[in-house]
Amino acid sequence: MAEIILETQGLTMRFGGVVASDNVDFKLREKELRCLIGPNGAGKSTFFKCVTGLQTPTEGEIYMQGVETTRWMPHQIASLGVGIKTQTPNVMDSLSVFENIWLAARRFHAPQQANRKTQEIIERLALGSIARDDLGQLAHGERQRVELGLVAVGDPWLVLLDEPAAGMSAEDVERMTEIIHELNKTAAIIIVEHDMQFIRSIAEMVTVFHQGKVLMEDHVDRVMSDPTVRNVYLGKKN
Amino acid sequence: MPRSLSKDAITTILVTAILIWVMPLLTSTYTLTVLIVYGMLGLSLGLIWGFGGILCFGQAAFFGLGAYTYAIAAINIGESTVPMVLAVLVPAVFAALLGAMMFYGRLNDVYLGVITLVVTLILFKFINSTAGPQYMIGNARLGGFNGIPGFQTLNIPGHPDDYIWGDSYFYVCAVLLGVVFFLVSALLRSSFGRIAVGIRENETRMSLMGYDVRARKTVLFAAGAAIAGLAGALFANWAEIVTPSLFSLGQSAEIIIWCIVGGLGTRLGPILGAAGLAYLKFLLGQQTLIDNTLITGLILVLFVLFLPKGIVPALASLWKVSFGRRPKERIHLQRRMKSRGRING
Repeated sequence: MAEIILETQGLTMRFGGVVASDNVDFKLREKELRCLIGPNGAGKSTFFKCVTGLQTPTEGEIYMQGVETTRWMPHQIASLGVGIKTQTPNVMDSLSVFENIWLAARRFHAPQQANRKTQEIIERLALGSIARDDLGQLAHGERQRVELGLVAVGDPWLVLLDEPAAGMSAEDVERMTEIIHELNKTAAIIIVEHDMQFIRSIAEMVTVFHQGKVLMEDHVDRVMSDPTVRNVYLGKKN
Repeated sequence: MPRSLSKDAITTILVTAILIWVMPLLTSTYTLTVLIVYGMLGLSLGLIWGFGGILCFGQAAFFGLGAYTYAIAAINIGESTVPMVLAVLVPAVFAALLGAMMFYGRLNDVYLGVITLVVTLILFKFINSTAGPQYMIGNARLGGFNGIPGFQTLNIPGHPDDYIWGDSYFYVCAVLLGVVFFLVSALLRSSFGRIAVGIRENETRMSLMGYDVRARKTVLFAAGAAIAGLAGALFANWAEIVTPSLFSLGQSAEIIIWCIVGGLGTRLGPILGAAGLAYLKFLLGQQTLIDNTLITGLILVLFVLFLPKGIVPALASLWKVSFGRRPKERIHLQRRMKSRGRING
């Protein structure tokens, strides 16, 4: 069995009286691809934000490669080699595609090497024709792809993606899937996603969230055919 | 990277040399000196606001702090070299502490504006209330609203009796502005500068990529204050007196207006904005028909309405439209015609 690289113990997040994340125990192994699904307000995004350091959990611990990272800032977690993509495109709009990726590369490499890494990623993601364009002028799908480039250029061992397929065309999603599979060769990946089509095409293991708790954790086929999951998530139609 | 940097150096030297030669033909060097000092002050805010996204309402605080540090140190030391260095260091350290408090406290832009504004006010009120003889730093009386006159002005390093004044002082200031401009260019070309621009664009993204945004903003903030402090010391030498009005809110507001009018996100814009508006103020000060703050306000409103990006970016895009694109398009067109011809032929 591969080593556990991410673990949460009793992760709880309360906003006033609302328990957004309730005692979540979660384990992720090396190079695993895991999808987190659940209805709106199930606590997926809160879980995501706690793990990435965007929010500090009320209770519980988070361990990454055996190191406790519970109260760490996002930049400290990212510095460990964790690639993070948030729900809305989070990019530097008035900078070029090259500059965006270069800035991500520069964090882990010297300037010259960062240039090389950036070129590499631009070729890998087929962004060559738009490399000098400002990111703000590009289509949504292209921006999402660039953001994946930002994540990939750091050679992460853990990648966290919040709704990567949201608002993308079928063609873009297909390309995105390829990139994710490519990333998965060297990194464990967690995907928070709504799009069932996308989940079916990419997922192996799936964790279902419901009312802040982990409802079920199993292979995608068994999760999809499970009656409880269908009840809470897909609506009651049998 | 070093090649583009040496290109920057050559351009800066050439432009500085030409301006030093041409400008005294247009107006007196005494006026020009203060325009240069204001240009440097504009550049200091242009750096942290235009490239770092830090809108500081209290840039005048660092300017005044530089001027007072120089005056106080010059009275105590009697030679200008160390005071000049202190006038850069003291505001920088002060800004580093203030910045660390604000950025590590994760204050957002609005609170940052309020705090810098209030710090300026506090300094203004404090210095104003130091008229009594008990307010001494070494041999220097702070003098309250009367300010501090009669301190040692700039001299050739090591020769306290060889003052630099008049035309030569103008040359010193102009060269210093050139040097600061080059240093700012180098900073912006460096990784630190590019990362700072990234932080301006999207703080969350940069921290998710592993950058400690707080530390970087603090350093940039201190660098801006150092430049403002140098400008303050140069101003003190020019005016030969420092008064609390250096810390005034009006001064702070003016620096912001210079940046908006000249153009944010450029190095040249804030300098031109500062020099231009200060010169206009100087001209308007010679008549009594209309109050010059009204004119400054009107200019700000007109710019915000009709030229929100400022003069320099507007000129740059005008240049691009009239000279930049066309040749490229022509080449494209020629190529297209050629390839069409080939197909036809």
